[in-house]
Amino acid sequence: MITLNHYLILSAILFVIGSVGVMRRKNLLMLFFSTEILLNAVNIGFVAIGKFYGDMTGQMFAFFIIAVAASEVAVALGLLILWYKRTGSLSLDTLKSMNG
Amino acid sequence: MFEAVAFYLFGALTIAMFLIVVSTKNILYSMSALAAGMIFISAFFFLLDAEFLGVVQIVVYTGAVMALYAFGMMFFDSTRDVKENIENPRAVFVLSGMIALLLVLMLGAPIVGANIEASQPTPENMGNAQAVGVVLFTKYLIPFEVAALMLLVAMIAGIILAGKKMDHSLTLMNEEDSNICDREYKKNKKEEQS
Repeated sequence: MITLNHYLILSAILFVIGSVGVMRRKNLLMLFFSTEILLNAVNIGFVAIGKFYGDMTGQMFAFFIIAVAASEVAVALGLLILWYKRTGSLSLDTLKSMNG
Repeated sequence: MFEAVAFYLFGALTIAMFLIVVSTKNILYSMSALAAGMIFISAFFFLLDAEFLGVVQIVVYTGAVMALYAFGMMFFDSTRDVKENIENPRAVFVLSGMIALLLVLMLGAPIVGANIEASQPTPENMGNAQAVGVVLFTKYLIPFEVAALMLLVAMIAGIILAGKKMDHSLTLMNEEDSNICDREYKKNKKEEQS
């Protein structure tokens, strides 16, 4: 029998994978991929809690998170294309234009 | 029984796919693994009786988001391996893993002790899609409209950012270049008028 804890543990594992990706990768595109993983992990947690407590709010919240993720990708990809045209690379190390 | 088999199967597949995403060096591999992981995640939504959200997950994530990334690949050199100069890979891996674990524990601990109660009970005698519609257009109508506005803003921002006018940055270039830019702009304007 699968309980709420199973889903929450899975969600936590996926969140850990995503945040390891955010901290370890140095490529901007990979950072955005890891952010998608984080959002998806949280979505599973929301829907699972909503199901086991008989609440629709979890699904609604997941729905809005998907909308936010879609708009985030649209803006982020525009910025990435712009940055790639200017510097020719997507490495985080090139993002050092503010020399104090 | 069926639920347990499906849960463990898709759980293992999702974790494997996302591990590929964060560890591979090739952007194309990473992108395809992410798309596969998104589809496997929709299986959990179907298991949790959230059919509408499962379909939205497939349509929006693998249909729109990953297609957008795939189009973005045309601008980036995706055949070359990603070069990341990490000085001490093992230390970075261990430290980031421990920080991630701590983060999850810190964020999850208050929720474990909290007393959760349903604030918006699931409507009776309805399918999932109908219930989602009823709740979305009664209690969550204003957030829904705001989300629509946000998507419009994101669309405009995406179009403008990827356009040709943003090729020159006024803040990052030195003075002579910005003067040249200015002159070219005036010349173009004069040509348009004549």
